[in-house]
Amino acid sequence: MSLKRFVVACFNDENVLFPAVKKVRNAGYKIQDVYTPFPVHGLDHALGMRETSLHTAGFIYGITGTITALTCMSWIFTKDWPLNIGGKPNLPLPAFIPITFELTVLFASVGMFLTFCYLCQLAPFVKRHHFHPRATDDLFVMAIECTDKTNVDDLKGFLQSAGAVEVNYQVAETDWWLGRYDKEQKLYTERPAIV
Amino acid sequence: MNIKYESQIREPLVDGNKDYHQVTEDIIRPIEAKAGTLWYIGFFISVALLLFGVYSVYREVTYGIGQWNLNKTVGWGWDITNFVWWIGIGHAGTLISAILLLFRQGWRTGVNRAAEAMTIFAVICAGQFPIFHMGRVWVGFFVMPYPNTRGPLWSNFASPLLWDVFAISTYFTVSLLFWYSGLLPDLATVRDRAKTKLRKFFYGVASFGWNGSTKHWQRHESLSLVLAGLSTPLVLSVHTIVSFDFATSVIPGWHTTIFPPYFVAGAIFSGFAMVQTLLIVVRKVLNLQEYITIGHIEAMNKVIVLTGSIVGCAYLTELFMAWYSQNSYEGYAFFYSRANLFSPYGWSYWGMMFCNVVSPQVFWSKKLRRNIVFTFFMSVIVNIGMWFERFVIIVTSIYRDYLPSSWPYYYSPSIWEIGFYLGTFGLFFTCFFLFSKYFPVIAVAEIKHILKTSGENYKGRMDKVENQKVEEFAHDAAH
Repeated sequence: MSLKRFVVACFNDENVLFPAVKKVRNAGYKIQDVYTPFPVHGLDHALGMRETSLHTAGFIYGITGTITALTCMSWIFTKDWPLNIGGKPNLPLPAFIPITFELTVLFASVGMFLTFCYLCQLAPFVKRHHFHPRATDDLFVMAIECTDKTNVDDLKGFLQSAGAVEVNYQVAETDWWLGRYDKEQKLYTERPAIV
Repeated sequence: MNIKYESQIREPLVDGNKDYHQVTEDIIRPIEAKAGTLWYIGFFISVALLLFGVYSVYREVTYGIGQWNLNKTVGWGWDITNFVWWIGIGHAGTLISAILLLFRQGWRTGVNRAAEAMTIFAVICAGQFPIFHMGRVWVGFFVMPYPNTRGPLWSNFASPLLWDVFAISTYFTVSLLFWYSGLLPDLATVRDRAKTKLRKFFYGVASFGWNGSTKHWQRHESLSLVLAGLSTPLVLSVHTIVSFDFATSVIPGWHTTIFPPYFVAGAIFSGFAMVQTLLIVVRKVLNLQEYITIGHIEAMNKVIVLTGSIVGCAYLTELFMAWYSQNSYEGYAFFYSRANLFSPYGWSYWGMMFCNVVSPQVFWSKKLRRNIVFTFFMSVIVNIGMWFERFVIIVTSIYRDYLPSSWPYYYSPSIWEIGFYLGTFGLFFTCFFLFSKYFPVIAVAEIKHILKTSGENYKGRMDKVENQKVEEFAHDAAH
């Protein structure tokens, strides 16, 4: 948990945002993140983010489900309590397919959803600093991290020329904390140094 | 990077002069406004029905299954009919959000959120029937396989009824996760606009601290895509497994291999009809005609006429097979019990034929497909027809078994059976009323995503933009 200094630029059009992202990155500034009201395709690449491997996790969870279902059912029907059902074989593989399939899907979906929440650190009562309340409405909000060398006024002017409709300076906590949105909470008893 | 307009020929998916903020306003305003008188009336009627249902179930639990008019041969009556009916309705939501996502059908964005909610509520309603049909509902957990002190006696994994337990609970869980992960960004939108303390608290908790970060969106997209991929076979599997409840038995009329595809088509058919019933009202009451356009309604009507025809084809195939097999029991089920207007349940078969096969054919006409009042009327007819279908399949196959001495019993439901059914309507509509008041009924973020490629007012503008340089455009748009 630490406080950081940001210059925040808001754009109202994704067609302006993309060239701006390019310019800002070329100028050597570090973009903390861009907050958008909807998924803007290609923005993750423009920001130089790597591909998510969430789907790989999903595959692993799915395989786990398949194996769990098959091993459990075969163990129960052959070793633990063999049931004679109409004289049919104790290991009726075709009859196991539906449950195996369902458990594969169940494990993959639940696992992926939980992993998604874990990676993004999303949960009830999680609170974050929001750079602009309209970031979930109609603004594309770019937060640029300031270093000691950053000239804030220069950066502001630069962003305005790149098409930002609103530019401001904020000191903010980057991490999440437990809290409620109906209360203004005091995060720190003693303010940590600004990084 | 420039966005190209989807197609100059296609109908726009969002009508009117919209920008991103206007989309938010239009969809979220009903949540922030006070509920109207109509909402309260509807809500209280639903709650009343629900309470009647609760009382009916209370009678059944206290006094036993004897409260229902099930008899010697008819062991599955209204309860299983209603179960299959509700499950069928619960297929449209995930079909719309998953299969149409994979097929890249842009029009799904207008209707998917409400349809998914409908799916979840319908599955909850469906689940009540087999649970209470067990009779001793307090030992219902015996169906779950866990190490127990009864042997351990596990459940029978080779039984279609147990497959059903797994299929439906998986379907419910996955639909819920899919629905809720889609809701997160929209709940965050409501939260960031909230003025009252209660709303800030509620939507703050419900939106999980979503902030729209690009990395989160990237993962969110990946999650939705994989969940869609998983849900697609899941939707098909659930009704397939429900049909196995019948198809793997040896009852004439049930023992057919055509059941899985026929049930799935029927499920989509009835599900879309229910989506129509609900959304035609919702778009009018919440003033969302520009997002759920006549084009959306027409697209769903096309699905209805397609699946209705598949179902009709299946009915005829069944009749053909009954004749072609020359099996006298099969023939009795189909040509005496069903397709014979003068048999005790002939009315239900011909009612089904009329509602499901004949009536949807009117949707070949473009004029009728785009007529909203007529579509509403038809959607109700289709769902009545689909209820008849399940009733026909279940009751006409078992009301006369191999022992003519048990034939005189004519099965008709008791008031508590009807009450249970009405109660699930109450549950369904109570949930739906709450949903339509407190949640965004249209996926706000997804509409914004397609707005510039499919919105009416961007049609002309995008032509110009395509010939413009990026810097020029940036300059124009920014100032």
